[in-house]
Amino acid sequence: MTTDVDSKAAIAPAVAAFGISKRFPGVIANDDVNFDVRVGEVHALLGENGAGKTTLSNVLTGLYRPDAGHLEMAGQRVSFDSPRAAIDAGIGMVHQHFRLIPTFTVAENIALGAPMVGEGRLMRMSNIEERIAELGEQFELRVDPTARIWQLSVGEQQRVEILKVLYRNATTLIMDEPTAVLTPLEADALTATMRSLTRQGRSVIFISHKLGEVLSVADRITVLRQGRSVATMDAAGSTRESLANVMVGREVERVQRRGTGALPGAPVVLDVHDLSSDGDRGLAALRSVSFSVRGGEVVAVAGVAGNGQRELVEVLAGLRPRTSGQIDVDGEVMDRADARHPIRMGVAYVPQDRLGTGLAPDLSIAENLVLKRYRRPPVARPPFLRSSVINAEADELMERFDVRAPSSQTPTRRLSGGNVQKVLLAREMSGNPKVLVVSTPTQGLDIGAVATVHQLLLDAAASGVGVLLVSEDLDEVLALADRIIVMYEGGITGVVDAQDATVASIGMLMGGGQSSEEVA
Amino acid sequence: MSVNDNLFVIILASAIFYGTPLVFASLGELLAERSGVINLGVEGMMLLGAVCAALVASNIDGPAALILPLALVAAMAAAGLGAAIHAFLVITLRVNQIISGLALTIFAGAAGLSSYLANVWGLGKNPAINQFGRMNLFGLKGVPVLGPIVFDQTMLTYLSWLMVVLASVYLFRTRMGMHLRAVGESPQTADSVGISVVRYRYGHVIVGGMFAGIAGACFSLTIVPTWANGLTSGQGWIALALVIFGFWRPDLTLVGAYLFGALSSLRFTLQARGIDIPSALLNALPYLATIIVLVLVSNSRISRKLGSPAALGRAYEREER
Repeated sequence: MTTDVDSKAAIAPAVAAFGISKRFPGVIANDDVNFDVRVGEVHALLGENGAGKTTLSNVLTGLYRPDAGHLEMAGQRVSFDSPRAAIDAGIGMVHQHFRLIPTFTVAENIALGAPMVGEGRLMRMSNIEERIAELGEQFELRVDPTARIWQLSVGEQQRVEILKVLYRNATTLIMDEPTAVLTPLEADALTATMRSLTRQGRSVIFISHKLGEVLSVADRITVLRQGRSVATMDAAGSTRESLANVMVGREVERVQRRGTGALPGAPVVLDVHDLSSDGDRGLAALRSVSFSVRGGEVVAVAGVAGNGQRELVEVLAGLRPRTSGQIDVDGEVMDRADARHPIRMGVAYVPQDRLGTGLAPDLSIAENLVLKRYRRPPVARPPFLRSSVINAEADELMERFDVRAPSSQTPTRRLSGGNVQKVLLAREMSGNPKVLVVSTPTQGLDIGAVATVHQLLLDAAASGVGVLLVSEDLDEVLALADRIIVMYEGGITGVVDAQDATVASIGMLMGGGQSSEEVA
Repeated sequence: MSVNDNLFVIILASAIFYGTPLVFASLGELLAERSGVINLGVEGMMLLGAVCAALVASNIDGPAALILPLALVAAMAAAGLGAAIHAFLVITLRVNQIISGLALTIFAGAAGLSSYLANVWGLGKNPAINQFGRMNLFGLKGVPVLGPIVFDQTMLTYLSWLMVVLASVYLFRTRMGMHLRAVGESPQTADSVGISVVRYRYGHVIVGGMFAGIAGACFSLTIVPTWANGLTSGQGWIALALVIFGFWRPDLTLVGAYLFGALSSLRFTLQARGIDIPSALLNALPYLATIIVLVLVSNSRISRKLGSPAALGRAYEREER
């Protein structure tokens, strides 16, 4: 492998960036970024949210023009004034959110907007399909060209996205957080694809904020921090800890579950029995789900997004009607399907869509903090609100939950993701709940805020609250949970004790596998 | 009595005659909607087309072979201009498409620009000098059954058939047609592969308006055939329903148009036969059927299943920082 790398380094890099800077009003998104991708290399761009990864990839794909610096491809200076120019030069973007048309076939999606080859006035889909089959063979990306996108799994759709750029003869592929939507098994297949691409002389720029996958997939890693490229290193000599420290710029402590969860005698605070519900399209999204959560316990719901987790938390929060089943909160039956009923019964809810569903973005922190309590004293003296009490409580909660903002009168839309989440948790915990339902609480937060939020969740459990944590991040699930429920296609495929769980065993269940034994 | 006097033959023949403007109008709306733009201005654009066609056909002297195409061009230009206003409002300024379309119909419609122009130009006193007459194509008018239905129509009907075939091929067999459908389904995706969403939308809204203009000309040049205020009598709204009824496909839209054409013609054919059904009821039939169709497909889930373009009615804005 090493000799291989040496010989690759001898020829000019596939793509190189020299001193790229890009400013937006009030933000320096890229500041003197340097890195190069060798031919046949997987090069990772690692950084937290807001570190400048997206801006850099937009410069590489011609969406933005850099304010300073330049790009070279194979030693030649290039500049792109449109996405089309970048595509023509051989740079292809595999978007995180697929740019595919569900009602079109695979072949139609791939041919869309591509220059026509050997065609008259009318399209010949059979020519296009043949070429796609060839490419699929060459790069081990098998997918039926005549299938419609909506019939495909997420992993297959991603293969179509990759084929789309290969069809346009891309020599360098940029993949933006490509594993975010995949099961661990699909992610392994993607890794194999990247290997196959680089073996055949293509280069891959792999954008991620996940340390583990960067280490396992990339040949070299460039770390971005606050818009600057702070280091480029070989993956071989790096560790999670060293990468995390470079990425954040300081030592990072990982929060880890310390206790052993609920005491044996702790009461069941949430008991869900045979719960079913329909999704937005009127199809069954939640199929006869049963589980329970004890006080002081963290129960995680793992699974690839879209397997019924959202419907589950929305039913628990009273936001979605159930089609059957029973929910008991602290021994009492939750029998009314409205949002206020669960609040009264002690169900706290931190939704995935923090600023949309969770908070009112234009209201102040103080107002948001009383959104679930404003009907009753002490916050209200109906029909009036008591702003002195509201503000005093807000100051106290902001102090306790470490919310950093100019004042309690700041609109929540101005807060960073981490502070938004802290405001939400502060509001939910201030109602003295019995159950705390949280949905992907750290998605999009930077490492520091993740640690704080994790600590707050563990604190909640320590105070006797039963925590139901829905997350797609297996590291988070494994770090926090006492028990792990795995969901697949609306049902529970397994419940695992956290001590016995591994990424492999949970990954198997996430893909619908019934038993984790064969993998472990 | 010859077989060609049979009631069903007559109903079918007049279904095609009365359905022809509906074919044009719904074909035009179909093109606009395939690009993701609803244009409720169909009725208004038809009236603009009708009044301009009437002006040319009754005021300019010359051989019919010259004047009639000229009348059609005038109708297309006027209605296309109306559509261009809608396009500018909803594509460039991102105004709500429903409101802009309604405004266009009210502005151009029976109580608006079209009747004003007709007054100024002094139209409507006499029948149009030049008309599209029935053709007796290949002299086959007398053939049993098919004669009156297929070979005794106007030039406009044969033009509409050509357009339906061309539109089908265009939509489903050409690259531009595929790009058009992509723009209507997912403008983000189309944009990301270098298809100009703005250009496709402008183009198809304006061409769609031109079709509506021809539809209007069908009234002032064959069906009525002179200028009368509001002579399209709400058929533009039926055309809107037909696009849905035809699952956004040209061929099925043609079938739907003839179904509604038959309903529109019933009042004449049945009365001529002395069949006694209240005429108010017969007059209301096409509109009643429109309401029923719209109720059936009003549920957005059903409409999606029928093949409604996913981005229909939504302005497109590239996400930028």
